[in-house]
Amino acid sequence: MSRRQVMFTFPQELVTEPLIFDLGRQFNVVTSIRRADVSENKGWVVLELEGNEGDIEQGLAWISGKGVRVDPVDGDIVEG
Amino acid sequence: MSYARALRCRKCGQEYPLQPRSKCDFCLSPLEVTYDYQAMAGVVSRQKIESGLKSMWRYRDLLPTEEAEVDVGTGFTPLIKADNLGRELGLDRLYIKNDCLNPTYSFKDRPVSVAATKAREFGFDTLACASTGNLAASVAAHAAKAGMKAYVFVPSNVEQGKLVGIAIYNPVLVQVEGSYDDVNRLCSVVAQKYNWGFINVNLRPYYAEGSKTLGFEVAEQLGWRAPDCVIAPTASGLMFTRIWKGLDELAMLGLIEPINTHMFLAQAAGSAPIANAFAAGTLHVHPVKPDTIATSIAIGNPADGYYALQVARQSDGGACTVTDEETIAAMKLLAQTEGIFAEAVGGVVIGALKKMTAAGMLKKDDLTVAFITGAGPRTQEIVSDVVQPLTIKANMESLEEALGVIA
Ligand SMILES: Cc1ncc(COP(=O)(O)O)c(C=O)c1O
Ligand SMILES: [Zn+2]
Repeated sequence: MSRRQVMFTFPQELVTEPLIFDLGRQFNVVTSIRRADVSENKGWVVLELEGNEGDIEQGLAWISGKGVRVDPVDGDIVEG
Repeated sequence: MSYARALRCRKCGQEYPLQPRSKCDFCLSPLEVTYDYQAMAGVVSRQKIESGLKSMWRYRDLLPTEEAEVDVGTGFTPLIKADNLGRELGLDRLYIKNDCLNPTYSFKDRPVSVAATKAREFGFDTLACASTGNLAASVAAHAAKAGMKAYVFVPSNVEQGKLVGIAIYNPVLVQVEGSYDDVNRLCSVVAQKYNWGFINVNLRPYYAEGSKTLGFEVAEQLGWRAPDCVIAPTASGLMFTRIWKGLDELAMLGLIEPINTHMFLAQAAGSAPIANAFAAGTLHVHPVKPDTIATSIAIGNPADGYYALQVARQSDGGACTVTDEETIAAMKLLAQTEGIFAEAVGGVVIGALKKMTAAGMLKKDDLTVAFITGAGPRTQEIVSDVVQPLTIKANMESLEEALGVIA
């Protein structure tokens, strides 16, 4: 089992879709939301994913394909 | 001994013991060192600080370290009154904090000195970081001084000139092929897997504290007062928040009057997630893909962006973006008025200073301090067009012809 902490940013047209639910169900990953701010026109969610590495990778590829932006929670580690 | 009390989550307030740790287990937000300010106030005084070392370590009582510091001679850099540049821009009380003059040529020596000291206290024998230049050089130098091992990860497109300034200290230099995102992803896994002091991951809360000394020094150098306006560059946003915290702590300890400093942040237009959020009036910093010559501050997903944004907002300050062309022009302006050769980041700061003064955001008689955080030679290719020598033969005739002197 591995864990991945990510931030999703949703554009307006996706805010009302149950993408996090689908991600969990279709890819067999457990999603645990830690922080979020969603309004009717956009939103972001910080969450931890738990599952096997391949499932997490596939799930993240799927959700970015849907138009959700995926970023690491730690911010950019590579600094100046 | 230090007056540090705990690590505290900046978002939810959860506290953790003073150990290596990068973020809050609950909400995954950054952690900050908190202190027992009451006890601290009992021991610090202007006199005690003034009679201390001529380095950042004169402020040891306000830092989170317990044991002897890993110090390569950092800090207490000049604060100069920039009358020539001020005249050019229309500012009567402009000062420049010249932090190019640190041992590895950037302000990074301040946070790294604190992080390296903590790493040794925690019993790590290895320091690590991921960097495009400044941080890597500083980490490698401090590891050398401390007799520790160093692993530094650099993206494969880093310029040769920067690599020399890192490799000279003999770290294990790892050049990673792949996109910037790939390097980030790899380093995040590396930081989790190995028991290293990873400077900007598990040592980040301590690393951050080193930059408070920028605020301390400026206040002391101004005769124990805070500036009216501060203008500083931001990448991850960390330094900007700690300059503010430094000033705030001095006021809290009664060493300076209560502060009313307006904090202005400068970003390169091609990598401005924080300034964009400021302009849009939102609280959320949306990551961007960086594209700028100011590679030292090309961070698209800033870990402390939200907090830098808050400091700019709450202090009634602002944010400004500067294009690559404006950056280069401002690097030349700084060099040609004040004799300071800064790297591109300095151009971003001076470019922002110029724009904000023109826009009336900074006032003529405000006591304004601009932070120049890295030296020019590391990125000198970007201004190589300044080299236009007069070429002459080795005789006076040729010289005077070239100089336009009528014989
Ligand atoms: C020269 C210089 N100035 C400023 C910064 C910004 O630092 P921060 O990430 O704390 O915002 C950096 C760091 O990457 C830098 O190299
Ligand atoms: Zn928290």
